[in-house]
Amino acid sequence: MSKQQSVKLTDYVGFDTIAAQIGKKIFKKGLNFNIMLVGESGSGKTTLVNTIFSKNFLESSGRKQAAEKSRKTTEILITTSVLTESNAKVRLTVIDTPGFGEQINNENCWVPLVKYIKDQHVAYLENEIKPERERVIPDTRVHVCLYFLNSGYRGLRQIDIEVLKRLCEVVNVVPVLSKADTLTVDEKMKVKEKVREAIELHRINIYPQPNPQDDQAEIELNNKVKKVMPFAVVGSNLTYEEDGEIIKGRKNPWGIINIENKDHCDFVLMRDFLLRTHLIDLVEVTSYKYYESFRTEQLQHIRDMRGAQPAQTTQQAQQTQQAQQVQPTQPTQQAQSANPFSIAIPAQQAKSPSFTKPSVQSSRKYISNALSK
Amino acid sequence: MAVTTYEESATNSPSVYSQYVRPSSHRYKNAKKGLPFNVMLVGPSGLGRRTFLNTLCERAIVIPDDGENAETTKLPEAMKIQHYTVDIEEDGMRILLNVIDTPGFGDSIDNSDNFKEIQDYLEYQFDEVLEEENRIKRNPKFRDGRVHALLYFITPTGHSLREIDIELMRRLGSRVNVIPIIGRADSMTVDELKKFKKRIMQDIDFYRIPVYMFPTVDDDDEETIEENNELRASLPFAVVGCEEVVEKDNRPVRARLYPWGAVEVDNEEHSDFDRLRYVLLNSHIGDLREITQNMLYENYRTEKLSLEDNDDEDKETSSQASSN
Repeated sequence: MSKQQSVKLTDYVGFDTIAAQIGKKIFKKGLNFNIMLVGESGSGKTTLVNTIFSKNFLESSGRKQAAEKSRKTTEILITTSVLTESNAKVRLTVIDTPGFGEQINNENCWVPLVKYIKDQHVAYLENEIKPERERVIPDTRVHVCLYFLNSGYRGLRQIDIEVLKRLCEVVNVVPVLSKADTLTVDEKMKVKEKVREAIELHRINIYPQPNPQDDQAEIELNNKVKKVMPFAVVGSNLTYEEDGEIIKGRKNPWGIINIENKDHCDFVLMRDFLLRTHLIDLVEVTSYKYYESFRTEQLQHIRDMRGAQPAQTTQQAQQTQQAQQVQPTQPTQQAQSANPFSIAIPAQQAKSPSFTKPSVQSSRKYISNALSK
Repeated sequence: MAVTTYEESATNSPSVYSQYVRPSSHRYKNAKKGLPFNVMLVGPSGLGRRTFLNTLCERAIVIPDDGENAETTKLPEAMKIQHYTVDIEEDGMRILLNVIDTPGFGDSIDNSDNFKEIQDYLEYQFDEVLEEENRIKRNPKFRDGRVHALLYFITPTGHSLREIDIELMRRLGSRVNVIPIIGRADSMTVDELKKFKKRIMQDIDFYRIPVYMFPTVDDDDEETIEENNELRASLPFAVVGCEEVVEKDNRPVRARLYPWGAVEVDNEEHSDFDRLRYVLLNSHIGDLREITQNMLYENYRTEKLSLEDNDDEDKETSSQASSN
């Protein structure tokens, strides 16, 4: 029988350096931070990310030449950069989605987005349950999705509602009102109100969501942030001089917009939110909420399959990209009902290899299952 | 398609705000009866179409979308066609301005039907005129609904034209004078605007999109040619719309107030609105009407009648064949 007691120390012992120790270990391991940008071309996605990190390291994916063809579908464009700030190193992956919402008919434009997000969960799970797995599992899971709203529209469009609903099921979503320099103070307030109303009405669970483990300070901070959301931002890395001060912003014939001025836009609030206060939380929530529910679903599915057919090992669909033993031709009658993983339980089967990567076909299947709910 | 009409019968006094003082040789003499002028506004919501209309007429003709009710966003936003009739006095000339708005264009997830609806509307106006012309006893009160200009609002992305932009202007350019406009142009700096305009015109050239290019004829005088060249070079017009009036240097000025400055609608350096207004309601109103009547309508008429001719011929040959 173990008993637990709470002890208040009187002398300084020194284990409050835990935070620094953990920090050091994390940075040694390497922190991955993966941001997905969703919004129509020209909504300011690339500029905003460049502004957040104060460096033009990303290139816009928009169509800039007459001879360039318009994209016919939503594409996934990944850029990974290693960012260093004092002794901290972050591996930042930006997932751009050119082509989103740009067609005349935008039905199903969200499918490639959800698929990409789920594929990362698949890859992570696959690595996690390997009998011999790496010390650090490469984390490509999307930690936050910035959804760019059209600042001219008063509220949410039909496409926004459809996409936001689906994205919020699989990833942390932060809505952003970019190019907010065309909204007067009044208009900004009205647009934000309308957007918040629509989000509530359609029950879209944007980040941050209340968490029973939050303490009072965290709850307060979250409430403060929620009052400002969606962030009305302006992006720019250009600087101008005004009254002897260097201003980062945009210059027009009628004035200079200072993006770091809280009266001009919410850029500073958003940047601090993403990087200075909620970065780790975004990573954690991705892990314990979205990834965890995916994992539970998958493993439950496997268990059910095993329960249904105890004698057979789970078979894999035809296409396999197996680095280990070559799988002899498997009977395909189970291909349709097979779950994405074919996991050999060492105790039952010595012959077949540990498992195979889920084929593209099967991962689409579970997405279509999820979408049809 | 649902068409609603709103009538405004009061006459507008001449513009208080317009700073456009360039004299123009395109004058129209139809002062008393009022010159009918039909303009269509097309573009996705949020680009200031309705504000533009109010700014153009210098009073609140329509209440700009202050945000649909959150509830109504549940329903698919089908495109509607709405009419607004305004009496305008411009430079001693009376204009019966008929504005056709198309709220809902491009706002649905699937917008493939939008083009056809607009095209049908345009062609229907032509059909009405065709029918009227062929009547033995004509209707003296016949209202010519042919659209003389279509203002197409382009989203200020900073990149190039989107697929929907190219498709629309291409499809409708043969039925109406399309004038491309950049809506909410105050979202761009001077530099960005210059580059954006250039890219759009490159796209228009590359895809051979028929837009109204301020054409000149050989016997036009130098001044006219120069004027048109200048206007062509300013395409697409960068528009900012606003109804609020503020005071600047003891003058009433229409401006959008931001914490960092005020965008003056009628200031040439801030927006092309004034220029566009002058073109539409003054200098080029005649040309736009002429082209619609003498070229676009005539082409349509020829197409339609030769189709019918072919049909008749086919019927003849087939009846001949069957009788042989």
